[in-house]
Amino acid sequence: MLRFVVRRLLLLVPIMVGLSLLVFLWIHALPGTPAVALLGERATPQNVAQFKRQYGLDKPIYDQYLAWTKTTLKGDFGYSIEDRRKVTTDFFERFPSTVELAVAAMLVSVLLGIPLGFIAAKRYGTWLDHSSLVASLIGISTPVFFLAIILKYLFAVKLHWLPTVGRISPLIDTPHPTNFYVLDAIIQRDWSALWDVIKHLILPALALGSIPLAIVARITRAAVLDVQNEDYVRTARAKGLAPRIVDRRHVLRNALLPISTIIGLQTGFLLSGAILTETVFARPGVGTWLASAIAYRDYPVLEAGILFLSILFVLVNLLVDISYAIINPRIRYS
Amino acid sequence: MGKKLKFSLLAALASLALVTAAGAALRSGAASPSTLVFATSADPVVLDGALISDGESGRVIIQIYEGLVGLKPGTGFPAPGLALSWSPSKDGLAWTFNLRHNVTFTDGTPFNSAAVCANFGRWYNFTGSFQNPDATYYWQTVFGGFAHNEPGSPTSSLYRGCKAVGKYTVRLFLTQRSASFIAALSAASFSMESPTAMAKYGANQGSVDSNGVFHPTGTYATQHPTGTGPYMLKSWKVGDKLELVPNPHYWGPKPHIQRLIFKAISDNAARLQALESGEVDGYDLVAPQDIPTLKKAGFQVLSRPPFNVAYVGFNSSIPPLDNQLVRQAVAYGLDRQSVVNSFYGGRARVAQEFMPPQLFGYSKKVQKYTYDPNKSKALLKQAGLTLPVKLDFWYPTSVSRPYMPDPKANFEAFAAGLEKAGFQIVAHSAPWRPDYLSAVNSGKAQMYLVGWTGDWGDPDNFIGTFFRTPQDAWGNFKYPALYALLTKALGETDSAKRVAEYQQANELIMKFLPGVPYAHTSPAIAFRKGISGYVPSPVDVQAFSTVSVK
Repeated sequence: MLRFVVRRLLLLVPIMVGLSLLVFLWIHALPGTPAVALLGERATPQNVAQFKRQYGLDKPIYDQYLAWTKTTLKGDFGYSIEDRRKVTTDFFERFPSTVELAVAAMLVSVLLGIPLGFIAAKRYGTWLDHSSLVASLIGISTPVFFLAIILKYLFAVKLHWLPTVGRISPLIDTPHPTNFYVLDAIIQRDWSALWDVIKHLILPALALGSIPLAIVARITRAAVLDVQNEDYVRTARAKGLAPRIVDRRHVLRNALLPISTIIGLQTGFLLSGAILTETVFARPGVGTWLASAIAYRDYPVLEAGILFLSILFVLVNLLVDISYAIINPRIRYS
Repeated sequence: MGKKLKFSLLAALASLALVTAAGAALRSGAASPSTLVFATSADPVVLDGALISDGESGRVIIQIYEGLVGLKPGTGFPAPGLALSWSPSKDGLAWTFNLRHNVTFTDGTPFNSAAVCANFGRWYNFTGSFQNPDATYYWQTVFGGFAHNEPGSPTSSLYRGCKAVGKYTVRLFLTQRSASFIAALSAASFSMESPTAMAKYGANQGSVDSNGVFHPTGTYATQHPTGTGPYMLKSWKVGDKLELVPNPHYWGPKPHIQRLIFKAISDNAARLQALESGEVDGYDLVAPQDIPTLKKAGFQVLSRPPFNVAYVGFNSSIPPLDNQLVRQAVAYGLDRQSVVNSFYGGRARVAQEFMPPQLFGYSKKVQKYTYDPNKSKALLKQAGLTLPVKLDFWYPTSVSRPYMPDPKANFEAFAAGLEKAGFQIVAHSAPWRPDYLSAVNSGKAQMYLVGWTGDWGDPDNFIGTFFRTPQDAWGNFKYPALYALLTKALGETDSAKRVAEYQQANELIMKFLPGVPYAHTSPAIAFRKGISGYVPSPVDVQAFSTVSVK
């Protein structure tokens, strides 16, 4: 197991080298320069030339890549061209927001998706099953931003129950030592702040979680249907084991394997989906950060941000692989 | 099984229960009578006027700082600020300012002539990446270069020096005559900042990265901005909120609002919904299509006085636009009235000149071009061309500007009119930034839709910016008389003469037709009921100190 983990971690190195080169070339292949993006109507050709010279963007691309690699290896990701802050400062301030959102969305999709799929399978062919199929189809095909606007209209504009923007009400003053607002509120035992932070998470998590929820529900349903006709389930029942023990120990546990694969893959979706969700809900996360970096051709931010996210994606999938072994002890890694 | 199912159903409903449990009314924005939450489109870059060129930084900076020159509320015209009066020397190369007495910065540093010279000295002596055009755009636009110019920076400077004549009398020396710089001093970029605080918190400190680029590293501009304005910074967390509180030692009328919070919401629809849900009390950059919704729901929609111009630009070095007759034919072929009527929600008027009518120097005698396709065709034939005449017409995508809410709609309407007037339009489009602006500014686009919002109330900020020097976007057209006239007007200290010169320039421009202006618009700002005292400014500079909340 340890060897497996180490090997997978070592694989990160070639992945990172290849990816960094790809990202670098891709970003620099985008037309336009940060100068025009920043100065808008006011970017005269002289201004653009001056800007390029001062940011070293007039040098050949391989020189720029080498310079970037050299500083990056030293752990220096440079400064954002747009807001002039250190890229690492920005990232570590915003990353917790995205993690909170992704975890909340994952909770929504797992806590709702698995029971829904399980019930649908157990009530196979009934109206419950059919309506859950239709609902998950709607879930998969509704664009996140559209769902977000509907949710906001209903729960905020009409009912005034939930907020629509940000991570915490601007009227609450509370320190954020870790930038994980949920954690910060708990550390300080500030329960009203905690409740406010959770309220700010509900709608974005529902919007972002809708597609994974639908997928998890469908996969669960299929997996449960598959498993419950297996010989060992029939045997367990024939032995006279209580139905709910059969369901828990034999059906659900075996069905969890494909589900955990899907959850791993959905992490990638959650990270990319966060770009839209964070923009619509004005949440200062990695998503909004990258979205504006693309608009501003903010090269240092794009390079570092995409790299960080890919490392994360690889790590999450490693965790998923490890979880296989826990769910199914027959799987061994060597 | 039954139990299991029940449990699953319970789990499935858990999140929904959470939502319903949140049933308590949630109107955070309206929580306290002395609190105002205002939604902006972005966080400021930094809170150091000298180093910004964007409106969102300026919006906050003018609450914290004041400049020598202020603005008459609701206009773009100079009024006393930290200087009570000013006058030029006979040769126009020195300006004397009489300063307001007994004003202190929020750190206790007195505001006097030494502080003024310290600020001008700082700006003039910027080095390294402080000379980046995005950092010191306004210094470079108004004053040009620096004491020591980096490669690429402007080589000459309008600024020559600053002298403290008395404690409250200061004299600025210029290298050439300029009348527009007084109005320019009202911009947020020329705010007076505390020299003590700037030194203490490293306003000029920085480090050089591997590319040799200098980066500011001090905390002055992010945590300790220190000015003389009605408000001061309480806290700022990028992406979260920026909070201001009243400056207890403010020399002027005390602000009503005790907590002034700016919250950045980049998405247009999200800003609208945040106002509707009661999370914010007001927001700027209202999309024209949202105005009826807001009004119907009982929100206040305020208008800025028009201070912009939307225009069709020509690269007049690309034939056939090098021919004045063809440019006139285009002007007669643009159905400007119907574009303004259709796509601006009643918030625009047809532009006849490249600057708004409120500005001095606007002429009533310019040649006007009312839509007349037959006249266009006749002009094209007179130019010896066979119809239809092909033109490359560019418009931007994924953008909405105050002067151009829906560029594609404008383009389509203009193209349809031009096709009736004997032209064949080849459409080109590109994302506004950076592709489209690159194409326009480098002179690649033959005919294009673009516009401008003024920074201060001086004609030089409009027609001087466009036409005082040859520019690629306009095809570097040869019109030395116009360039000379605008340069002369810039330095003219006799205001009557200056007005006449700009009027003459507008008449020349509209005859020569480097492009066709088509709209001046009134951008909108929305507030909930009960907010009063906000005076919308044409140049995006409005103090919140006069605003009160019921």
